[in-house]
Amino acid sequence: MAHGGGGRAMSRLIDELFAAAFDNEWMAAGNDAAAFTAPAGRMVMATDSHVVTPLFFPGGDIGALSVHGTLNDVAMGGGRPLYLSAGFVLEEGFPLADLKRIVDSMAAASREAGVPVVTGDTKVVEQGKADGVYINTTGVGVVPEGVTVGGNRARPGDRILVNGTLGDHGMAILSVREDLGFGTDLQSDSAALHGLVAAMLEAVPGIRCLRDPTRGGLSATLNELAHQSEVGVRVREAELPVREEVHAACEFLGLDPLNAANEGKLVAVCPPESAEVLLETMRAHPLGRASAIIGEVADSDRPLVEMETAFGGTRLVDWLHGEQLPRIC
Amino acid sequence: MKYVDEFRDGQRARQLAGAIAEEVEEERSYHFMEFCGGHTHAIFRYGVPDLLPENVHMVHGPGCPVCVLPMGRVDAAIDLARRPEVILCTYGDLLRVPGSRKSSLLQARAAGADVRMIYSAADSLQIARDNPDREVVFFAIGFETTTPPTAVVLKQAHAEGIENFSVACNHVLTPAAITHILESPEVRELGTLPLDGFIGPSHVSTVIGSAPYEFFAEEYEKPVVIGGFEPLDVLQAIRMLVRQVNAGRAEVENEFTRAVTRAGNRKAQALVADVFELRKQFEWRGLGTVPYSGLRIKEAYAAFDAERRFAVEVGRPRENQACLCPSVLRGVAKPTDCTLYGTTCTPDNPIGSCMVSSEGACAAYYAYGRTREPAVAPVDA
Repeated sequence: MAHGGGGRAMSRLIDELFAAAFDNEWMAAGNDAAAFTAPAGRMVMATDSHVVTPLFFPGGDIGALSVHGTLNDVAMGGGRPLYLSAGFVLEEGFPLADLKRIVDSMAAASREAGVPVVTGDTKVVEQGKADGVYINTTGVGVVPEGVTVGGNRARPGDRILVNGTLGDHGMAILSVREDLGFGTDLQSDSAALHGLVAAMLEAVPGIRCLRDPTRGGLSATLNELAHQSEVGVRVREAELPVREEVHAACEFLGLDPLNAANEGKLVAVCPPESAEVLLETMRAHPLGRASAIIGEVADSDRPLVEMETAFGGTRLVDWLHGEQLPRIC
Repeated sequence: MKYVDEFRDGQRARQLAGAIAEEVEEERSYHFMEFCGGHTHAIFRYGVPDLLPENVHMVHGPGCPVCVLPMGRVDAAIDLARRPEVILCTYGDLLRVPGSRKSSLLQARAAGADVRMIYSAADSLQIARDNPDREVVFFAIGFETTTPPTAVVLKQAHAEGIENFSVACNHVLTPAAITHILESPEVRELGTLPLDGFIGPSHVSTVIGSAPYEFFAEEYEKPVVIGGFEPLDVLQAIRMLVRQVNAGRAEVENEFTRAVTRAGNRKAQALVADVFELRKQFEWRGLGTVPYSGLRIKEAYAAFDAERRFAVEVGRPRENQACLCPSVLRGVAKPTDCTLYGTTCTPDNPIGSCMVSSEGACAAYYAYGRTREPAVAPVDA
């Protein structure tokens, strides 16, 4: 509890762990707030709290995830992220070695992304009142001139693209969380997408919508876009990129890869004439090699997502109702 | 994916659908019940009704173990979970099923009960080993497929002398339920539920074999095809049923030859026979009391029987009078006939059990096909 009490122990924790790891002029200044010059134009801001079990998983950990998640939210607003904040809620007794590992991972992710963590906060709660560590991150960025993206901007005929395989994060987490041991090397796709988004917006400034299909997966994202834009959405199952391991794990558990979470994927909606250019741009980026055009926006007054099944039929792709629970048999 | 993609090939599906369309006789209507919720799920997920001729109707049967569990047993599970000493373990899709007091195991967990979702019966035994100071209860449900694993953990717990483990047994039997449907007034006397054949559940038959269905074929003159759960399996089973109807045959045929034999898995059958015995009667949601349709734990394993250890009382609460789940489960109504369907009863707020489990007919209609009139049997056909 002493590390959250505002006394000497907390000061040491901040100096020796957080300031040392994030290592930038704003943190070194040791002030309560970070001051920086605001660029001209429209600012974008996003916040996200990160709660994940287990804290360390194949392909990442809660630290890197908390950086990627918020950077991606800023990027999905069409923004170039500039600064991050980080707030920690620690459970009493949480091993300092694990905390250091998480903070180092955050610092590495923020350095790689070129977006510094400039301010933060730490609280410690009694044992049993939290699950190890929770991290909130907030990001601010600037939207380039001429760019306006939003979930309400999809129009009939627009094309829908994704930047790679779906469900990797969700199934990687599940494989370790439930101790199922799928016997694969499936990794989380956790990644910062703002570089890819910048390239996409440069090639096609008229991108209508961007969204990262995190919790709820692709099905939730497409349903959100359909509702916000008041249009129908039609996707083709045969075009959806899904790894065989993810497909197999979902099959085994009676789950749907369309509902599984992603942490390094985006859905883009663009006018039909820009679709091929956008696809080529995405495929040229390391985080978009497996990009695909998966469907189009339909001229419908019912905001429903339909899928042409690989089998030749049609079915709805519905929101996930509550928690995705495995079927009994 | 090997051994899966081959059975989801769209081109082959269209070829099969074309063959069915050629073989059906125009003046005849074909009504086939898929007993199992797994088939219902596959039929909607892959859009199978789109591929069938208009005079081939699929009737959804009662084969979802979550849907057929009566509310009184859900209440009993919640009561068990609320005991402070108990860790209640069960399969995932049971957690959302509402009991009679507008509560579910998920809500009980939110209120502090220790409810654990497990993926296999063995997980529950491991939880008991890991928590020797708690009472671990495995709330076991399911048809013949999930029964052998429950038998295995009971035998293991017995052999290891694990004192803090017990099983609340709600395992039910497929053939008894099919008999019950065929004996129902809607089929026998009134003729309001036309049934020309059954797609039998292949996973059940991997355990019990295809032989137990020979009785229906003979006694009730209904063809049965044991069919797999992949969409091509379902189409092939429908084609085989169409051929039997056209030829006036009523036999048991096996579409799922890659895993089902006539005799089934004798080792699994022996395990089940060693641990369980028939209950004289068991209540099914939607079907009422069905004789010799459920299993209970034998005296030799009584120490591991949660019903005896905790003196579990199973009440008979009243269902919502407007809920048509009982009729849907018997195949005499379709989900869209229910005034609650899609209005007050949705997957977010399920009133009836058919809307809760993803294998339930109402949930399958809602999730995959609520924008159109699904190709199901009209009750007055």
